Amino acid sequence: MNPNLRWKAIIIFGLILICAVGLLCFRKGVDGGSKFAVPTSLEDLRTNLENRISLGLDLRGGMHLILQVQVNEAINTETDQVVQRLSTLLREQGIEFQSVRKSDPTHVQIVGVPATQLATARTWLEDTYRPAYVIGSLPGDESGFVLEMTPSLAAQIRQEALRTSIDTVRQRVDALGVSEPTIAEHGRGEWEILVQLPGVDDPNRVKNILQSTAMLEIKLVKNGPFANEGDALAQSGGILPPDSMLMRESLQARRDRSGEPQWYVVSRTSVVTGRDLRSARAEINPEIPGAYQVSFSLSRDGAARFGPFTERSVGQALAVVLDDRIQSVATIQSRIDDAGRITGQFDLQTASDLALVLRSGALPASIKYLEERTVGPSLGADSIRAGLIATVAGFLAVVAFMLFYYRLSGVNAIISLLLNVLILMAALAYVGATLTLPGIAGVLLTIGMAVDANVLVFERIREELRLGKSVVSAVENGFDRAFTTIFDTNATTIIAAIFLFMFGTGPVKGFAVTLTIGLLANLFTAVYVSRAIFQYLLGRQARLSAARPATLSI
Amino acid sequence: MIEFFRNTNLDFLRWRWHFIIFSWLLILAGAVSLWVKGGPRYGIDFRGGTLVYLKFSQAPDLDRIRSGLRAEGLGSSTIQRYGRPENNEIIIGAEQVGREEEALDTSRQAIVTALHTTFQVPAEKIDLNNVGTDSLADHLLRLDPIGLAASPSEAATRYREIAERITEFRDTERGGLLTGFGELRTLEGVPPVVTTTLEQQAFLSPFVVRNVEVVGPRVGRQLRQQALLATALALAGMLVYIGMRFRQWVYGSAAVVATFHDVLITVGFLSLFNYEFNLNIVAALLTLVGFSVNDTIVTFDRIRENVRLLRREGFANLVNRSINQTLSRTVLTSGLTFLTVLALFFLGGEVLHGFAFTLVVGIIVGTYSSIFIASPIVVGWSQRGRVKAKAA
Repeated sequence: MNPNLRWKAIIIFGLILICAVGLLCFRKGVDGGSKFAVPTSLEDLRTNLENRISLGLDLRGGMHLILQVQVNEAINTETDQVVQRLSTLLREQGIEFQSVRKSDPTHVQIVGVPATQLATARTWLEDTYRPAYVIGSLPGDESGFVLEMTPSLAAQIRQEALRTSIDTVRQRVDALGVSEPTIAEHGRGEWEILVQLPGVDDPNRVKNILQSTAMLEIKLVKNGPFANEGDALAQSGGILPPDSMLMRESLQARRDRSGEPQWYVVSRTSVVTGRDLRSARAEINPEIPGAYQVSFSLSRDGAARFGPFTERSVGQALAVVLDDRIQSVATIQSRIDDAGRITGQFDLQTASDLALVLRSGALPASIKYLEERTVGPSLGADSIRAGLIATVAGFLAVVAFMLFYYRLSGVNAIISLLLNVLILMAALAYVGATLTLPGIAGVLLTIGMAVDANVLVFERIREELRLGKSVVSAVENGFDRAFTTIFDTNATTIIAAIFLFMFGTGPVKGFAVTLTIGLLANLFTAVYVSRAIFQYLLGRQARLSAARPATLSI
Repeated sequence: MIEFFRNTNLDFLRWRWHFIIFSWLLILAGAVSLWVKGGPRYGIDFRGGTLVYLKFSQAPDLDRIRSGLRAEGLGSSTIQRYGRPENNEIIIGAEQVGREEEALDTSRQAIVTALHTTFQVPAEKIDLNNVGTDSLADHLLRLDPIGLAASPSEAATRYREIAERITEFRDTERGGLLTGFGELRTLEGVPPVVTTTLEQQAFLSPFVVRNVEVVGPRVGRQLRQQALLATALALAGMLVYIGMRFRQWVYGSAAVVATFHDVLITVGFLSLFNYEFNLNIVAALLTLVGFSVNDTIVTFDRIRENVRLLRREGFANLVNRSINQTLSRTVLTSGLTFLTVLALFFLGGEVLHGFAFTLVVGIIVGTYSSIFIASPIVVGWSQRGRVKAKAA
């Protein structure tokens, strides 16, 4: 064998080996990483292959969600807190004012400051709230100020809200035990999160868990219960004290008793919140047979506040509030240090789900669903079957045609075709790309286009032979001349595929990936490998019978 | 040697006006179809809305489903048969209710409620055809037919295995639908006592929800923009490539015209045959653009090669000779890709049908245009250029 050809053989067989090993000789370890495992049985081979090629949601079933974090709520929360604190702080400073209120999410107004105190007030405000806020005068009114949140703080809060939401969603998904989930920022700055959960088959439950804001607060009950909002207001003398607010019971809390949800007057500030939780779990409710409750324990900080507070307030009622709805109300019997419970009409699953979301922490802002796609496992199985049948049928049709039309040279084309598919699958395994249904279509299309390259070469060789060239030079010329055209075929299609990859979503991306890899592999197999095979065959012919001119079955 | 095209010498240019008129007719037919139907029929990706894909155990009574939907206030929803008739599959589609995302889930819930009422699915029983593995395992654990309450951890794993066995059998071997509890009896790994318990406690609804797609208006808008951007950039990229490949503008422009021609006709056909426009179709169209340009390049390369070799021959003759020389490869290469796409069209399943259709039409049109349209344009333009040059 001539040395040039020997090198080619080494490269080709080396690549085959790398591909085969990458595709078949790894298995998922217990820790989720890949470990080397040479298959010893057909069963092993199958497991390894299934482990290496990850299937898209459209093939194995699961959920695809796009959530949008309502980041402006986080800004609202921030300015709400400013309003709350500002009244107290101003009073502490001895600065008089009529009211502190929010005019829009990023603006807080202080109205009715006496003229004599304007200068002190301004100095104090500037010391306390700059640089996060810009302090200005109230438009058209000399007796007040406007605190305007700076755009950079607003941007920071939004970014923070998105990041916290992603973390919280990830914790909840992990707690659900979904394997190989995708949770990532999505789109271009619209505060969206992409969540992909393979194999999930109870979509509604998952959606509820992800969406639950899980804002837990424990507040002191000042008055109540009342049948409706009007009664509650009337009983409090028509106007609520500034540190109180009206709150309704949740429908769920009401379901174990009868009647409409009741209203309560509760303290505006919370004694403890979800942030003070150490753990939460579902357990059997000892009072209602068959019902469950969620018990929680507080962190050391929380307990340090809760203990003294409950000691002071024995005999008063506490409300457990979840997402701005009262979940349960109970009278404090004695000092409580670090434990509490949430009762209601829970069964095991709803109680476990609530404990799960409480443990994962609250979302900083609520979440909206923008898109939901659920693929049932049976459809995925059908799609795989149809895709495989089509691929095999297409492949066989191509093989049959090539053998019929090009005889023995057809075998050459088929070898490079098989190698192409092997490289394609191994590349998918190495990069960790997912195979989707359009991806399978991409594989099939690659088969069609890859064989195009062989046809281009073979037709050229035939033309050269027709012109009376010798077999060896016909082969050489055929490959040389066909190369530009083959390059064009692949280049034009890859250009299209790259833009598809950049702007496509989900399954379509899978199509772009397989098509691109397949066509790149094609440049190697149809030109390099196929040519080496011809060179080897012609070289052997020449060695065996130097006198006779070489022949080619094409 | 087997050859389909041996020394062909067809005069393609002679009939060029016929072909150009034929092409215009095809484009016109598509345009009329688009005009009559009020634009392309956008799929859910681009339009937003709710689609619920269902499979029934026997031919579903569409009127009954329709009246059930009407009772839920979904009178305007669409019911469409889908796939092979023997699969008994339908899609129920509801338009986006309201402009905002809040209403995103309501249509789906209403559709499911309507189906439950229509087919009298009892609320208190587990619907074995629509239950997931997790929930089924939970239910079995609660019912505890084998009596494993003494060892909770063993019970959990055991019932989980049984649940997995049942759902896997249902989804991979029965296409998602069990028609009777008897089918579970022969199933290995499911004890008879479990089947008996399920028979009492579970229900087999006559349908399974196979797929749900809910796309909000915002995402629909976004996907539409992205698809447009991808198409525009891919076309621009192709233009740049063609520009680099053919330094002469005549060839480049002719290739671009031929590509537009292919896309226009294919889009028209999609409208004529009532296919939906979705992301998959956009992917197919872009692939087609790549394919069609390539076919044209093959022919043009040969023309330019011949221009160097055969200086004496008239340009029209030379083009004709070039087309004849490349005819065999053009037809063969397209033919083989066509073969694979055809396999996809007939065997690839319902999800890829539109995608495969686009490529089937596109490859035929692309091959036709590179033989009958692109080259005549080059001849026409260069002749006009020559006439002008002489006159000057």
